Amino acid sequence: MSPQEVLDHADQLRRGLGVDFRDRMVTSLYEESRRIAARVVRRRGESSWDLDQRIDRIVTSPVWGLPLMLLLLAVVFWITIVGANYPSEWIARLLFSIERVGAALFEALGAPGWLTGLVWHGVWRSLAWVVSVMLPPMAIFFPLFTILEDLGYLPRVAFNLDWLFHKAGAHGKQALSMAMGFGCNAAGVISTRIIDSPRERLIAILTNNFVPCNGRFPTLIMLGMLFVGAAVPPALASVAAAGSVVAVVLIGAVFTFFVSWLLARTVLRGQASAFTLELPPYRRPSVLRILYTSLIDRTAFVLLRAVMISAPAGAVIWILGNIHASGASLAEHVARSLDPFGRALGLDGVILLAYIIAIPANEIVVPTMLMVYTGAGMMTEAGSLEELRRILVDAHGWSLLTAVCLMLFSLLHNPCGTTILTIWKETRSARWTALGALMPLGFAFLVTFLVASAARWLG
Amino acid sequence: MSKQAASTPDCARCPAGPGRLRPLGDRRAAFDYLVALAGNPNTGKSSIFNALTGLRQHVGNWPGKTVTRAEGGFSYDGVSFKLVDLPGTYSLLSASEDEEIARNFILFGRPDCTVVVMDATVLERNLNLALQIIEITDKVVLCVNLMDEAARKGLEVDVRTLARELGVPAVATVARTKAGLGGLVATIAGVCRGEIVCRPRRPAVDGKLEEAVAQLVPMIESVAPGLPNARWVAFRLLDGDHRLRRALLTGELSRLVSEQAAPVERAGRLIAIEGAQ
Repeated sequence: MSPQEVLDHADQLRRGLGVDFRDRMVTSLYEESRRIAARVVRRRGESSWDLDQRIDRIVTSPVWGLPLMLLLLAVVFWITIVGANYPSEWIARLLFSIERVGAALFEALGAPGWLTGLVWHGVWRSLAWVVSVMLPPMAIFFPLFTILEDLGYLPRVAFNLDWLFHKAGAHGKQALSMAMGFGCNAAGVISTRIIDSPRERLIAILTNNFVPCNGRFPTLIMLGMLFVGAAVPPALASVAAAGSVVAVVLIGAVFTFFVSWLLARTVLRGQASAFTLELPPYRRPSVLRILYTSLIDRTAFVLLRAVMISAPAGAVIWILGNIHASGASLAEHVARSLDPFGRALGLDGVILLAYIIAIPANEIVVPTMLMVYTGAGMMTEAGSLEELRRILVDAHGWSLLTAVCLMLFSLLHNPCGTTILTIWKETRSARWTALGALMPLGFAFLVTFLVASAARWLG
Repeated sequence: MSKQAASTPDCARCPAGPGRLRPLGDRRAAFDYLVALAGNPNTGKSSIFNALTGLRQHVGNWPGKTVTRAEGGFSYDGVSFKLVDLPGTYSLLSASEDEEIARNFILFGRPDCTVVVMDATVLERNLNLALQIIEITDKVVLCVNLMDEAARKGLEVDVRTLARELGVPAVATVARTKAGLGGLVATIAGVCRGEIVCRPRRPAVDGKLEEAVAQLVPMIESVAPGLPNARWVAFRLLDGDHRLRRALLTGELSRLVSEQAAPVERAGRLIAIEGAQ
């Protein structure tokens, strides 16, 4: 007997059982559950259940739900920006002084100049950058995020945003995978497994990149502080910077809904499926577990990955910056050839070069740009905002337009290598992986080009 | 369980004593028994997994967080157990990926014991899954977790009545404070060793359906010999389960059956049996 014959026989038997057979089976299961539960569970006295419901009435209210969510987001970013500022400077100062000592030591030992350069001004400097720029914001952002997760806030976010996803033709649980994407887009892509329907899951995978991950926050925060924060009175600088980061996140959300809508009407056509989402009780977060999850599982994990990728990248940048041909370094040659295209996008050749080198990990975009700008020979301790402003604005002509276009490019461009690999692992399809990598890049080019052109046209 | 209590001689002998539980982390060496951890999302499965294995699988307060299968080990009373944390699901009847992972493991992974972690505050909904799992396998332990939250909500859950109703052992726990975990481990060990015999009470089936199942079972067994529970597969096929139909057509079902027969990882038990001869 072949499998097909077994199935045919089963179909024939099913027809003999009557049309409501399936319903009867499910109904009897539910009735049995109810009967047993009634015998086993007894309610006594008053409960504190009401408090949860009272909180939910505000948190998930049609009026207050969304504003409250945005406020929470802004507060989290503000705490991150304010808290990370000084530690970043201290760590930068410490690590860059180690670079000086190490380089001096190599010279004293008679090491060849290229070795000192490669190890200390290439690999070490890039490590120092990544650690000082990324560690403090992550060490603040991840615990805050984990507290919200442990409290049980994330499912409420999904509840608040469900109608928007539904309108876009996507799944409401996409809000949860987006939330995971704030930490790391690769983790966000994996977490789409909670979405049952393959169509909606693909939408969630393809759009996860529009949530800026932790590797991109330092770039956004730096630009927010340099350009937006500097334009307002010093007392408001951090609030304005946090506001600009929230604005970028909102633009990302708009893109998520727009692209989901577009996909649901073109290549991934279909209706949004209904689902039940349990709103768990609010639970008191456990401090030790939050520290462990956020610092070891998340911060250390992401930082380690960044460090492992930035070390070889640092070597590559140093080599590009130190092999000279016809009067300029290789990096300068490449940057110069990319420059016209970069200018059209409101950026420049160095920024594009940095994004090419940073394909394995977004974290190293800023260090790469700075290293190419300052040249390998020059010692730079760009730990402070003043130093950054000198390099970017005074020496290399960055304007507000550059900052806006870079923020948009950082938000929209292709996912990092790890995320692309994860998309491949989850979809097992070269076509979807290619779309997941190239579609955001196309949007990044298009949007920055339009913004830059509009700005120039308006003068 | 306080340290003082654990040190008295009575406690060392008591089956619920905590002294004999030893987390083995993610040691993947040979093990004696295989235990699956199933349950609705957000019932504290991962907390129980972590407490038993000493691992730190990510715990979070949102349903659907555990999307992959986590594995770890613990030893109790000198016997080693491998614990597999399955994705949380509300049922095994619909056709999502996580439900398929869970039910394939319960059916083909041939666990020596399947622990169903239940949320004491919403027991009725959790019972749907427990009832479905006892249809697939006899060797089930019910772990009624979040007893503290149930108390906070003014609910009293009588686990002895629950055990009697379903015909399988039930243990009350609070994973966060590790209360009741000693008893849980002792019960798991008892079921694995066959000291505790489960007699699941399955709802009676009407005559017409019983007849259809009886016709279908030998056919399924001829197509996929060695299937652990052809009766359950027959029910699912009659229900028109798409994933199962596809698995049967593509031969995946037979592949899963032949894979479960390969006793690669259970070297520990094989050696133990040989040693006993």
